[in-house]
Amino acid sequence: MIPTEWALALSAVLFVIGVVGVLVRRNALVIFMSIELMLNAANLAFVAFARQQNSLDGQIFVFFVMTVAAAEVAVGLAIIVNLFRLRETVFVDEINLLKG
Amino acid sequence: MSIVPQPTFLALDWWALGPVLALTAGTILLLLLEFLPQRANGNRGGIVSLLTFLASGYAVWRVAGEKRELFGGMFVHDPMTVFFTLLFCAVGVLATLMSWDYLKRTKINQAEYYALLLSSVLGMVVMAASNDLVTVFLGLELMSLALYVMVGFRRSQLESNEASLKYFLLGAFASGFLLYGIALLYGATGSSNLAMIGAFLADTPLATNPMLLMGSLLVFVGFAFKVAAAPFHMWTPDVYEGAPTSVTGFMSAGAKAAGFAALLRVALRALGPVMVDWTQLLAVIAFLTMTVGNVTALLQGNLKRMLAYSSIAHAGYILVAVAAGGPEGASAAVFYLATYSFMNIGAFAVLTMLGKGREERVLMSDLAGLGFREPLLGLALTAFMLSLAGIPPMAGFMGKLYIFGEAVKHPQLLWVVVAGVLNSVVSVYYYLRVTVSLYMKEPEGEPVGISWGAPAVLAIVITLAATLWFGLQAQGLWIQAQNSVMGLL
Repeated sequence: MIPTEWALALSAVLFVIGVVGVLVRRNALVIFMSIELMLNAANLAFVAFARQQNSLDGQIFVFFVMTVAAAEVAVGLAIIVNLFRLRETVFVDEINLLKG
Repeated sequence: MSIVPQPTFLALDWWALGPVLALTAGTILLLLLEFLPQRANGNRGGIVSLLTFLASGYAVWRVAGEKRELFGGMFVHDPMTVFFTLLFCAVGVLATLMSWDYLKRTKINQAEYYALLLSSVLGMVVMAASNDLVTVFLGLELMSLALYVMVGFRRSQLESNEASLKYFLLGAFASGFLLYGIALLYGATGSSNLAMIGAFLADTPLATNPMLLMGSLLVFVGFAFKVAAAPFHMWTPDVYEGAPTSVTGFMSAGAKAAGFAALLRVALRALGPVMVDWTQLLAVIAFLTMTVGNVTALLQGNLKRMLAYSSIAHAGYILVAVAAGGPEGASAAVFYLATYSFMNIGAFAVLTMLGKGREERVLMSDLAGLGFREPLLGLALTAFMLSLAGIPPMAGFMGKLYIFGEAVKHPQLLWVVVAGVLNSVVSVYYYLRVTVSLYMKEPEGEPVGISWGAPAVLAIVITLAATLWFGLQAQGLWIQAQNSVMGLL
C-alpha cells in the first residue's frame, strides 16, 4: 500500500506546478490548463485523505469538483474563443486595454 | 458530512428551500421561453426575473423564524440564511430594474442575461446557506461562473471581453487556492461540515498543525479574492470598468455580500476556536485593503474605476469587523454589507442612465454641470456619495459607526480603527469630487444625454429610501443583523 504522504507530496507538487504555470506562462489556454492542474491536485489530495480516514466524503467531493471543472471549461473556452475572434491573439500580454 | 438522514421532509423545509427551487425554476423557464416569439418592445426576461425574486423572498420570509438543517446538514435555514437571502433577492430586484432600459439601449437585451442573473443569485443564496465546505465551493462557483459570462455580455466590445477574461482567469486561479485549502482542512480535521470542524477544533488543540494553518490560509485567500481584499484586489478595477454598468452594480454588491457571508460562516463556525490567532493578520489585511483602495481611488477619472477602488476600501472596513470577531463584530459586518449594497447599487443605477444609445459616459468630466441640468439625478448621486463617504445622516455613517465602535473594544485593534477613521477622511475627498463636478464645473464638449427609464428611476428611489431610512432608523436593521449571527456561535 502506498503511504498517504506520497500521494500528498505528489498532489503538492502538481499544485505548485499549476501555480507556477499560471504565473509564468503568457498563453491564456496554457494558463487555463495550469488552473485545471491545480484543481486536479486538490482532487488527488481529497482521494488520499479519504482513503487515510476511511471515509467516502472526500471521494464524493471529487465528483463535485469534476462537475464544476467541466462547467468552468465550457465558460472559459467560450470566453477565450470570443477573445480570439475579436483580437486574433490569446496572449495575455497583448490584452491590455484596461489599466490605471 | 454527517450522513444522519432527516427523518421527515416537512412542509417547512419546502418553504426553506423555496428560494433555491424558485431561482432554479426561473432560470430554466427563462431559457425555455425563448422558443416562443416575443413582442419587439417587450421585456419578458425582466418580468420573469422580478417575479422569481419576489417569490424567493416571500418563501424564505414565510418561514423566517424557523431553524432547520437539510441534506445531512449541508444546507442550513437559520436567521443568517434568511437575512442574506432577502438581501440577495433585493439586490436581484434592483439589478433587474436598473438593467431594464440599460440592456435595451446598449442592444444586449437577451433572456440569457436574466437567466444568468438568476443563477448567480442562486449561487449567492447557496453560499449564505451553506454549512459544509462542499456547498460553499459549489455556491461560489455557481455565482462566479454566471458572473464571468455576465461581465463579458457585450461580447463584440473589446473592453467587456477583456474584463471577462481577466475575471475568469484570476477567479478560477483563486478557486484553485480555495479548493486546495478545503482539501487540507478536510485532511486536518476529518470532516467538511463546518459545525463538525468547529467541534473538532474545540476539542483537539491543532492551532499549530501546519496542514490546518495552510488550509485556513488558502481558504482565506480564495475568499479574499472574491471580496476584493488586498493584495488580491488587482482584478477589481479592470473588471468593474469593462463590464456592462448594470452588471458592475450587481456584482459589486451581491458578490461581495455573498463572499463575506460565506467567510463569516467559515470563520466563526468552523475556525472559531482558532480565530484568535488570526486577529492581527486580518487587521493588517484590512489596513492594506482600506489604504490601497482609498489612495488609488483619489487618482481615478473614470467613475466606474473610482467606485471599484471604493469597493475595495469598503471591503477593508468590513474586514475590520471580521477581525474584531465574535457576534458583535459579525453583526457589524452584516449590517455594513446590507447598507453598502443599497448605496452602491444606487450609485450604479444613476450611472446606467448616463449616455444615449450604446455610448457610456462615466468619466468624472461627463458629470460637469449635470447637477443643474438634472437636479433630481444630481441630488440622488450626491446622496449616494455622501453615504459611501460615511457622512451622517446616511446609512454609510451608521455602518462605519457600528464597525469602528465594535472594533475599538479590542485594544489590539485600536491602531486599525485609527487607520480606518483616517481612511474615511481621505475617502471624503474623492466622493466629494463627484459632487464638485456635478455642481461647480462648467461642462466641456457635448453634454451627457440622460436615458430616463421608469424602472431605473424606481431602483434609485428604492435605494435612496433605504439609504436614508437605515441612516435615520438604523436600530431595526441592527437588531436583524444581530439576530442573524446568533445561530453561528
